[in-house]
Amino acid sequence: MILDSKIPEGPLAEKWTKHKFNVKLVNPANKRKYDVIVVGTGLAGASAAASLAELGYNVKAFCFQDSPRRAHSIAAQGGINAAKNYQNDGDSVYRLFYDTIKGGDYRARESNVYRLAEVSVKIIDQCVAQGVPFAREYGGLLANRSFGGAQVSRTFYARGQTGQQLLLGAYSALSRQVANGKVKLYPRTEMMDVVTIDGKAKGIITRNLITGAIESHAAHAVLLCTGGYGNVFFLSTNAMGSNVTAAWRAHKKGALMANPCFTQIHPTCIPVSGDHQSKLTLMSESLRNDGRVWVPATVATAEKLRKGQIKANDIKEEDRDYFLERKYPSFGNLVPRDVASRNAKYVCDEGRGVNETGEAVFLDFRDAIKRDGKDIISAKYGNLFDMYQQITGENPYEMPMMIYPAVHYTMGGLWVDYNLMTNVPGLYALGEANFSDHGANRLGASALMQGLADGYFVIPYTIGDYLAQNPAGKIGTDHPEFQKAEKEVKERIQKLLGIKGEKTIDHFHKRLGKIMWDYCGMARTEEGLKKAKAMIKELKSEFWSSVNVLGDNEELNQSLEKAHRVADFIELGELMVDDALNRNESCGGHFREEYQTPEGEALRDDENFAYVAAWKYLGEGQEEELVKEPLIFENVKLTQRSYK
Amino acid sequence: MSWVSKTLSSTLGKKLLMALTGLFLILFLVIHLIGNLQLLFPDNGESFNLYADSMANNPLIRIVSIGNFAFILLHVLYSIMLSRHNNISRPIDYAVNKASTNSSWSSRNMGILGTIILIFLLVHLKGFYYEIKFGEMPTVDYAGVTYKNVFAIVAAAYSNVLYVAFYVVAMGFLGFHLSHGFASAFQTLGLNHVKYSPLIQKVGFGFSIIVPALFALIPIVMYIQSL
Amino acid sequence: MNLTLKIWRQKNNSDKGGFKDYKLGGVSKDMSFLEMLDVLNEELAAKGEDPVHFDHDCREGICGMCSLYINGKPHGPQQTTTCQLHMRSFNDGETITIEPWRAKAFPVLKDLVTDRSAFDRIIQAGGYVSVNTGGVPDANEIPIPKTIADMAMDAAQCIGCGACVAACKNASAMLFTSAKVSQLALLPQGQVERKTRAEKMVAQMDAEGFGACTNTGACEAECPKGISITNIARMNREYFSAVVSSQNV
Repeated sequence: MILDSKIPEGPLAEKWTKHKFNVKLVNPANKRKYDVIVVGTGLAGASAAASLAELGYNVKAFCFQDSPRRAHSIAAQGGINAAKNYQNDGDSVYRLFYDTIKGGDYRARESNVYRLAEVSVKIIDQCVAQGVPFAREYGGLLANRSFGGAQVSRTFYARGQTGQQLLLGAYSALSRQVANGKVKLYPRTEMMDVVTIDGKAKGIITRNLITGAIESHAAHAVLLCTGGYGNVFFLSTNAMGSNVTAAWRAHKKGALMANPCFTQIHPTCIPVSGDHQSKLTLMSESLRNDGRVWVPATVATAEKLRKGQIKANDIKEEDRDYFLERKYPSFGNLVPRDVASRNAKYVCDEGRGVNETGEAVFLDFRDAIKRDGKDIISAKYGNLFDMYQQITGENPYEMPMMIYPAVHYTMGGLWVDYNLMTNVPGLYALGEANFSDHGANRLGASALMQGLADGYFVIPYTIGDYLAQNPAGKIGTDHPEFQKAEKEVKERIQKLLGIKGEKTIDHFHKRLGKIMWDYCGMARTEEGLKKAKAMIKELKSEFWSSVNVLGDNEELNQSLEKAHRVADFIELGELMVDDALNRNESCGGHFREEYQTPEGEALRDDENFAYVAAWKYLGEGQEEELVKEPLIFENVKLTQRSYK
Repeated sequence: MSWVSKTLSSTLGKKLLMALTGLFLILFLVIHLIGNLQLLFPDNGESFNLYADSMANNPLIRIVSIGNFAFILLHVLYSIMLSRHNNISRPIDYAVNKASTNSSWSSRNMGILGTIILIFLLVHLKGFYYEIKFGEMPTVDYAGVTYKNVFAIVAAAYSNVLYVAFYVVAMGFLGFHLSHGFASAFQTLGLNHVKYSPLIQKVGFGFSIIVPALFALIPIVMYIQSL
Repeated sequence: MNLTLKIWRQKNNSDKGGFKDYKLGGVSKDMSFLEMLDVLNEELAAKGEDPVHFDHDCREGICGMCSLYINGKPHGPQQTTTCQLHMRSFNDGETITIEPWRAKAFPVLKDLVTDRSAFDRIIQAGGYVSVNTGGVPDANEIPIPKTIADMAMDAAQCIGCGACVAACKNASAMLFTSAKVSQLALLPQGQVERKTRAEKMVAQMDAEGFGACTNTGACEAECPKGISITNIARMNREYFSAVVSSQNV
């Protein structure tokens, strides 16, 4: 199988412009004859659904939450990047492109990333026009802040709630189209399968989460905007409901899953406090602008700290190790996320962790407060400080915060071409659900950018190219493929309900999470991964023989919802391990201990691994087939990332 | 429906009427109080009786007084409508509710307070307004002109300790009603501003204490005088 | 900690429902309230009993999905969301009563889960600026005074959880509706549709069956995002000036 990424010809900076001219268009009067399904209503889904409806397509939008506004994009705090160069500090589309490619450790497509940087400027315009209250300077112009992995200030923000405000902007645009009758909304509805007819995506099967009704929905194209799969680790910063099910069902229907092992571990999360923990809470990376990361210089001091014999503030300046500033003098605390996370892990592995579990480092604002005053720091990070205090019961104005890395984002996802279409014609993946723009590591404030770029400014152009080549007009759900898919979904539900084992669903989810975190987390080894694979296989068979899913289908049944998701996570986990095993190099968030420089930095193997690893599902119990899409770099020179 | 009736049937429109009538009644309280304080003048009721006469015969005051009754009626009617609507909006109540931690008692019981004040008002109107207008009134002469001796029936009424107690308690309820109603009316009208709202709050608080207190003072003093 | 939980159980919308008592031991002070319920649900599931259904998603206090009327207060004793409420706010041996949001406009779907789609319909009535994607001016073309932008942001922070409705003795949605009306009325981008927006959103709010506002301030006191009732005053202003001056007869 050969993957055609459909990257347009020509110089990098002209590709998108040319492509927009070359794609086929759907006549304005014909657009109303096409139906489009959008699954997920986060930044990518809501912006796509609204924009397509504005163009005239009939859109059906689905989300499992009770309202589109609750999608997990809402939790992004720090900001959104855009190459506006409002600060006159040397930013440009090319620089944002370059930073993103480099930050992704050269495992992303040049063409996609350049387009992302190019449309980033329009996103800010669009959001401001919608009434998104971005932070402003006293002169009334937009404010910016700097973020990890960049040396310019290009991040726009709305207090610590940028994701929320951007999502509410997209949600308002979506709501307007609902009022106009161009979007039909299906909240509390979960996608259970994709329906393909003659190889093309023609609809989905859904479950109404309140009544349990299994329904078919037909359309000319299906957009999966269903986010990432970080919850495969059980503990992550994802929402409790975030899941891989939609993407995984698409995968099983033929869509390739690309680079699934590329997961991002975010450095600034609140450390785990106990076994009861259901999720991890992230604090914006923007904290690293003013906070200094440190641990005690010696293990002995750290031990005293852990035993509670001394407090952080008792430790003298010379006994502190500001390890990021020491190792990376030019980027300091603002190194990319993977580098910051891994270094935190190293110092904790050395025994210099600072909380009871030994898995935490300090993030200290003492010097910033001394320099700028408490008011300035409070204005910048007040809500984050409050959140920290709420959760931990400690006051970060007085005591340094404790942080530890946690799973945050998945760069991998459904393989898509330049048009954001998967290898299944008519099936698209947008936002975090696809793999395309962040390579092996995503830079801070780029997820919001990508979600909105895909939804507002890419899909409205590229979907026309496909639809124009497919006949318009009503398509029904009476095709036997719909009945077949519905039947399969119902059978799976009955199977889950019928196991009636003795173990709870969370029992399996927690076990899976531990396997993934231990062997496929921040650092991976061949040996560990092989072990993990065997453990997951065992877990899977145990799940299908001894899980207990309570209740019936014909009701609001959160156990059943969870069971579906965990079943899919288990299968995905195995593929992630396969992918991590295959990639015999270290890059970005994927760190194989066998492949590192003498200084402990990720050691890429561009000769053998400068490709996208896309995996094809071949059937139950069979190993997946690896399909490679070579990555060709014509504009940037591949170098060892250096933030020193 | 015309835009006027549409507006007035919306919850905001109903609240607007409550606020406007409420504020008018607050203004009325001030006028009424100034008049009534003349009961305490040590002239055996002369100034009060003259005042009462001028009020009864001034055509402008007569129109205002009709308006006043209309506003009381509107205030009552709309409060009934709103209360009914509000009750329907929560068909099942909470088993445990700690509303006292988030709002004042008066603000949550304006309907009850209002009902008590309405009962007081009916008694009050029957006792004085009705008597003065339609009852057999004693008369008094000042400078050769005969006037109704309103002061005499007020003084008679306020020599009854139960009547005085009823008045004083009712003024207490009025105070609570005003303690929320005064500032609330401004809020409903949209008059909330960082510079002026604190003042409105303070004036409202002061008003809700001073005005009912002065009203209550009159029967108390007159009762003591009657001893 | 050992707790007695008095939880509202209701099979579905047509079921009458009632309280059921549960004993729960081994609760840690560091648990969030929802994690405490997770523990209960794991115990129930292990016994083959239907877990207590409640809405939750982000567990970071931002999505607005979690609700619960805890011991007589929306989101419990702290001014925060239930997911950010920690068990250190409770005492060992305490009885905790957990009820769903109560409002005609928020019907109970199951146990503690309510249908808050009325909020979506209020936004659909006009909580947006009618600009299509593309063709908008540069973001810095219209400067906005920082104080105004900050006030708009204060209002925009609403997470749509419905605590204001739950706390209000009248189950009024004034705080929610006014937050959106305010945000867009403050910003220059919202001016074009300012009057129509206020009229339509208020009409929709009434149509959904929410109560009227008595200005008790309970909503503001309980709002996990601290949305101020000055927004309600602003919406009143917006609405009254709109009805007398708009072109909508």
